[in-house]
Amino acid sequence: MTTQPASAPTWRLQRPEDRGGQAQPMLIARNLKRYFPIRGGVLNRKVAEVKAVDDISFTVLKGETLGVVGESGCGKSTLARLLMQLQPRDAGELIFDGDPVGGTHGLSLRDLRRNLQMVFQDSYSSLNPRLPVEESIAYAPRVHGIDRAQAKRTARELLQRVGLRPEYFGGRYPHELSGGQKQRVNIARALALSPRMLILDEAVSALDKSVEAQVLNLLGRLKREFDLTYMFISHDLHVVQYISDRVMVMYLGQVVELGQVQAIYDAPRHPYTAALLECRLTVDPATRIEDPPLVGDPPNPINPPSGCRFRTRCPHAERICEERMPQLGEGRNAASSHLVACHMAHPGSGHSKAGAGAAVH
Amino acid sequence: MSDLSITSRAAAAEEEREAALPRHVRGYWGNVWQRLRYDYVTLFFLGLIAVIVLSAVFAPLIAPFDPDKASMAHRLKPLFFHTNILGTDEQGRDILSRILYGGRTSLLMGIVPVVVATVVGGLFGVVAGYLGGRVGTLIMRGMDVFFAFPSVLLAVAISGSLGGGMINQLITLTVVLTPPLCRVAETATSQIRSMDFVDAARASGASTISILFHHVLVNAVSPVLVYASTLVSASILLASGLSFLGLGVSPPTPDWGLMLSTLRQAIYVQPVVCAMPGLAILITSIAFNLVSDGLRQAMDVKA
Repeated sequence: MTTQPASAPTWRLQRPEDRGGQAQPMLIARNLKRYFPIRGGVLNRKVAEVKAVDDISFTVLKGETLGVVGESGCGKSTLARLLMQLQPRDAGELIFDGDPVGGTHGLSLRDLRRNLQMVFQDSYSSLNPRLPVEESIAYAPRVHGIDRAQAKRTARELLQRVGLRPEYFGGRYPHELSGGQKQRVNIARALALSPRMLILDEAVSALDKSVEAQVLNLLGRLKREFDLTYMFISHDLHVVQYISDRVMVMYLGQVVELGQVQAIYDAPRHPYTAALLECRLTVDPATRIEDPPLVGDPPNPINPPSGCRFRTRCPHAERICEERMPQLGEGRNAASSHLVACHMAHPGSGHSKAGAGAAVH
Repeated sequence: MSDLSITSRAAAAEEEREAALPRHVRGYWGNVWQRLRYDYVTLFFLGLIAVIVLSAVFAPLIAPFDPDKASMAHRLKPLFFHTNILGTDEQGRDILSRILYGGRTSLLMGIVPVVVATVVGGLFGVVAGYLGGRVGTLIMRGMDVFFAFPSVLLAVAISGSLGGGMINQLITLTVVLTPPLCRVAETATSQIRSMDFVDAARASGASTISILFHHVLVNAVSPVLVYASTLVSASILLASGLSFLGLGVSPPTPDWGLMLSTLRQAIYVQPVVCAMPGLAILITSIAFNLVSDGLRQAMDVKA
């Protein structure tokens, strides 16, 4: 990992060096918070806040793909924007490859953005309609001081890499491309600064299934070729299972479960994860779902329930769930990498089913 | 991660089809021109504007008479009276010559204030729309103060306090036209600001200035430009109105609005001749309006 991939051409922007070594996680987030104020009244004072991201901690290891799943509105996209520094965080700490982000001695915003890039969900609005796509891709290297001709060569090389022939597609405008082609351009644009990590915010969600599969294959290939680390945000559990090494499940601005993809999909320990997984449709008509495993909408994040946030929809809710908020990874044995924020997974929490077993179907 | 070979073959097939399409060589403005080329109505009126502008510029060469030369013997003559093709006014001056010379003043009043207001209003609007927050509120509420008055009333008020004369009239028109252009630019910008490509540009580490120029301005320019082109005729009409009220250029100078104003007393004597300056205003306004309409269609990016 400390060496450049052999395929990286020399004329591209130099890939930022690996500073922390293999064992250092690519990204560590500690207690991230983002509350959106709701203003009202005559004096425009803050009357409430939406806890979009509420005390989230996780790590992304080098070279892995971390899948992030959750319902709409659970804070997935806000989390992505916090990590990208497109929005300020209200509290918490970010450590990128051993360097704290921001502050006087930390990693500068400019350096962070060389290392970390993002692919946006809406492939239409994420490309400037007035720029030919190769100029959209060349823009970021130009910002970082690469001259016009070289930036253009970078753009063309990247178009080639994402499967679009630059001589046919480079001069086109976004409205002349299909959704899949636009998303390929978006991926090329994100790669233009030779980043080491990509945040993919619902990057394939708007595409139809065959194109989605192509783009997923492309992402897999690029990950190997450019030696990338992915954070893959999606609401599609099948896709997350296919692409991820580890999965993080979010509910109402918090992480409820985090672990290896196999462990989570085989034996979910949080009732929310279990319900989400049951919502997946199968191709086998014999195993159709009769009753919805999860009913109702998530509670209002302005005024979330006390204690465990999932308790209002949880079939196992007890008094302890109302009284105390379960912490992620509480009560686990030290060796386990499977973290859950549920009283049932915590022996001695006071829940009647605590320690009853792994799965909670 | 295994490759799904069927879909990759489908991708190859799609690319083959795409490869057969002609590649792009024209830029954005090239595309706009391509669409305009077959819009004969717009082209005709574009040509008409060119004729009007050129005849105003070359008025000394074209005009058959001195526009200020009066003749007591030939007052208020009808159309095609000897060499006075469009007749004469109440002082016996040749109407055609005065319209040609008057076009210089009127077109100046139509174009210069709009250009200045587009630059000033557009700049404020883009800044207000992009920054939003307190700065945006401050700028837009400031513009709202001007919006509170009907434009003619505002023009009369400003002109009245500044006094007559060409420079003051230009200033008046600019002040009146700036707020609407600012509002259009602000609306366009705040829509653009919420698009993901602006966030993508921020994520690439670009400065606010660079984002404004490369991403915001290029997208805001077409709605602003189209709106500005409709204001040219409004500005000519407003200038004519001010001259008509005596708040514009002073009497000996030929100006369409001023001519209309002085000739209206003779409307029962020579109605057709009196209508001629009005006809000049009408044709110019229609030409600018139809060109702006065609421009709007040609600049629509998804056409």
